[in-house]
Amino acid sequence: MSIEVRGLTKVFNGFTAVDGINLKIETGSLVAILGPSGSGKSTLLRMIAGLETPDKGEILLTGREATHVAAKERNVGFVFQHYALFKHMTVFENIAFGLRVRKDPEDEIRNRVFELLNLVQLQGLEKRYPSQLSGGQRQRVAVARALAPRPTVLLLDEPFGALDAKVREELRDWVAKLHEESHVTTLFVTHDQHEALEVANRILVMNHGRIEQEGTPLEIFDEPATHFIAQFVGESNYIETTVSEPGLAVWGPIRFAVEGQAVGQRIRIYFRPNDVYVTGDFETLQVRAQIVKTRFKGPVIELRLHLGEERYIFAHVPKGVSLASGFKEGQDVWAGITAYHTFPVDPGEYQGAGI
Amino acid sequence: MNLNSWKPRGVLPGFGLTMGITLTYLSLIVLIPLAALFLKTSTASWSHIWDAVTNPRVVASYRLTFGASLIGASLNAFFGLIIAWVLVRYSFPGKRVVDALVDLPFALPTAVAGIALTALYAPQGWVGRWLTPLGIQVAFTPLGITLALTFIGLPFVVRTLQPVLESLDPEIEKAAVSLGANRWQTLSRVIFPTLLPAWITGVSLAFARALGEYGSVVFIAGNMPMKTEITTLLIITKLEQYDYTGATAIATVMLIASFLMLLVVNQLQAYAGRHRNH
Amino acid sequence: MKPESNIPTGGDAHLRALTEPPWVRRSLIVAALLFIGFFLVLPLVMVFASALAKGFQFYFDAIREPMALAAIRLTLLASFISVVLNTLFGLAAAWSITRFEFKGKSLLITLIDLPFTVSPVISGLIYVLMFGLQGWFGPWLSDHNLQIIFAVPGIILATVFVTFPFVARELIPLMQEQGTEEEEAGMVLGATGWQIFLKITLPNIKWGLLYCVILCNARAMGEFGAVSVVSGHIRGLTNTLPLHVEILYNEYNYAAAFSVASLLALVAVGTLILKKIVEYKYTDELKAQKEMTATGGEAP
Repeated sequence: MSIEVRGLTKVFNGFTAVDGINLKIETGSLVAILGPSGSGKSTLLRMIAGLETPDKGEILLTGREATHVAAKERNVGFVFQHYALFKHMTVFENIAFGLRVRKDPEDEIRNRVFELLNLVQLQGLEKRYPSQLSGGQRQRVAVARALAPRPTVLLLDEPFGALDAKVREELRDWVAKLHEESHVTTLFVTHDQHEALEVANRILVMNHGRIEQEGTPLEIFDEPATHFIAQFVGESNYIETTVSEPGLAVWGPIRFAVEGQAVGQRIRIYFRPNDVYVTGDFETLQVRAQIVKTRFKGPVIELRLHLGEERYIFAHVPKGVSLASGFKEGQDVWAGITAYHTFPVDPGEYQGAGI
Repeated sequence: MNLNSWKPRGVLPGFGLTMGITLTYLSLIVLIPLAALFLKTSTASWSHIWDAVTNPRVVASYRLTFGASLIGASLNAFFGLIIAWVLVRYSFPGKRVVDALVDLPFALPTAVAGIALTALYAPQGWVGRWLTPLGIQVAFTPLGITLALTFIGLPFVVRTLQPVLESLDPEIEKAAVSLGANRWQTLSRVIFPTLLPAWITGVSLAFARALGEYGSVVFIAGNMPMKTEITTLLIITKLEQYDYTGATAIATVMLIASFLMLLVVNQLQAYAGRHRNH
Repeated sequence: MKPESNIPTGGDAHLRALTEPPWVRRSLIVAALLFIGFFLVLPLVMVFASALAKGFQFYFDAIREPMALAAIRLTLLASFISVVLNTLFGLAAAWSITRFEFKGKSLLITLIDLPFTVSPVISGLIYVLMFGLQGWFGPWLSDHNLQIIFAVPGIILATVFVTFPFVARELIPLMQEQGTEEEEAGMVLGATGWQIFLKITLPNIKWGLLYCVILCNARAMGEFGAVSVVSGHIRGLTNTLPLHVEILYNEYNYAAAFSVASLLALVAVGTLILKKIVEYKYTDELKAQKEMTATGGEAP
């Protein structure tokens, strides 16, 4: 077990940033901590690195107690969102820094630095200064620098947040490949769900200082455990209604089978726009709908469907299908919901239906 | 009270060492000697202190020092604003030289400034010789003192205004114009209020510096008791006469006065700032 | 008040309202130049003109006269010690203030600023009160045959006091703005406190530090009031350059006084020039750094 955290808590001036977190990260895994700003994810990461001291709880690194161990003894690599490269040192010196402070022999340092330059594909740039590099290059230097002293764990704090969209995508693939080659336990923090879903093999979703769900990307996407995750990850419609009979909830023309909710319980049902199946001809379990608006969204077309009596939902239809079916505004169609998740609602908490 | 809130927070090393050095040095060089001043005053009898502080000669020096400093600071308030404006907003040949020169009163030793000003304004001096036929005497009069105090206060106003002027958002002025304001309105309603806190700070710094000034003034002042004697000189005179009590009493008055001024200035700044920020 | 809301229509009217009319601009520039010329340039020129009034030979003799040389040595000594001590202090204070959170921080900063607000004469007075013959330590010092007031140590102390805040109050905002990320990175990579300080912090503040040293030095060399109080004006022993100037002037030896004064004026002008140069280097670096952390986009 590379990283283990028990009951970790951190309070800033009365605000609880991290609230009694427990987690276990397996050696060699690539894990993302996903959450909105203010969820405490960066604070959690920094505590693991030793850049913040926890108020309560324990941290164990490779099985050894590390809660009060100084950052420099923890043998972790940390990559900052804004790179924090040493501006007055060349790329070579930046990467070599962790080895120089340990007083490693000069030739070993040289070998290691060039090995890393190859790994991060920055060969030939070792004499440049950070100000002469692009954002993507700087971040790769930061990763190389963190990996140089062979840490047991690599921690990345919103590593691609400061970069352009295209560069972000490239670096995402690059991190995944890097992990395959280096096998270093990697934990990164992000608010970008696409990043987490595409790169990590496990995701921890954080909100308000707590971990709301832990699982594979597919599990998080297909089986959200709470309201928050259902809304935060992927796009969602949601509607509110009441359980009218055992196992059944009705919303306008649609009948939902629900399990485990008492009759009379107010519930919210979340379903993704691309789990709304739209056809021109009737198929079983579908209801009538009218397309009131179409919107081009790149690879999909978004349809706003009116189900009668002020009930609206969104559907995403692949562009090709939409063109072939000739969907346009004002058209009558048939719609069915193929997947949905149900959560009980505390009375008075949420109001109304929302799209 | 939660004692934990007194613990220093931060993960970088070195707090103990650096804080230790800081506090030790601070106490040895600044705090203990300043304490000596107040302690010395407190050992004297109250009537003794009162006499020393309200002696007519001393009071005359207060009036002179205060008045001359005030006028000097006002001159600097006016011209300092113009100079800061001109340096930030306009270009003209030699601008960089002028900008560097503004710091001259900071960099030039006060004694050098003192003798130079005296030589300039003495009856036979370069400037003095033009004024004597007009019956205006500058050296060895309060007028000379005021001029010297203007000299040393200038950088304070200019240097506190410059950064604020430089960081003014040009978009705000364009917005004012697009709403129909003419130049004067933009200046008076939009720009000056933003400058006000910095301006007050600069002027009060100039004023405070002038109150405590010695070197640049003592040569041109003439130092005649009751007429052209500034308070700082009076302190030195008392010291030379070994009247330690008198000297410390007057010094304490000066310190308290500057402390009060600091408070007043802070209040003014807060007032100006509050009105701007809602 | 008559409302004057001419919504500018043409591009020209638009631009006109963005700056003052030319006649205003020109008069302001002239006013500024006249003020500076009269108040600043004139005295400076006066110093050099009076120094050379009796010719170059007199000038050099005045500067090389033994008392003058002794004054130069003392001034250099006092400035050097002040700059070194206050720089070390400034670094320690800036580190503890900007790298840690603790209660009482603003009080500490205010205390550090105190010498800046105290009149130079009072700065000298407080040391006389402590170490003078009638002072706290007076009897103890004379018993041990040590002298601070009316001797070199007193002069050094007074100079240290008046230049006390110079380095700290420049370094604190500078280090505050630079932030701690690079140092944190160094820490995680295994560097000790000293390694972080020497390899990461110092290179980042080098221009700011140089700037402080230049200012501190100028002030130390030129200090007059405080030193005057503690010095005793003993020629050859406890006279700094400014005091020497005063003595010559009071003896009506004007040309000699101005000759020695011109040395100080040269230091002042040199300080102004160095200051400008460092400012340029420093703002260039600041700008480059801001670009780096802004959006992480392509390098220019």
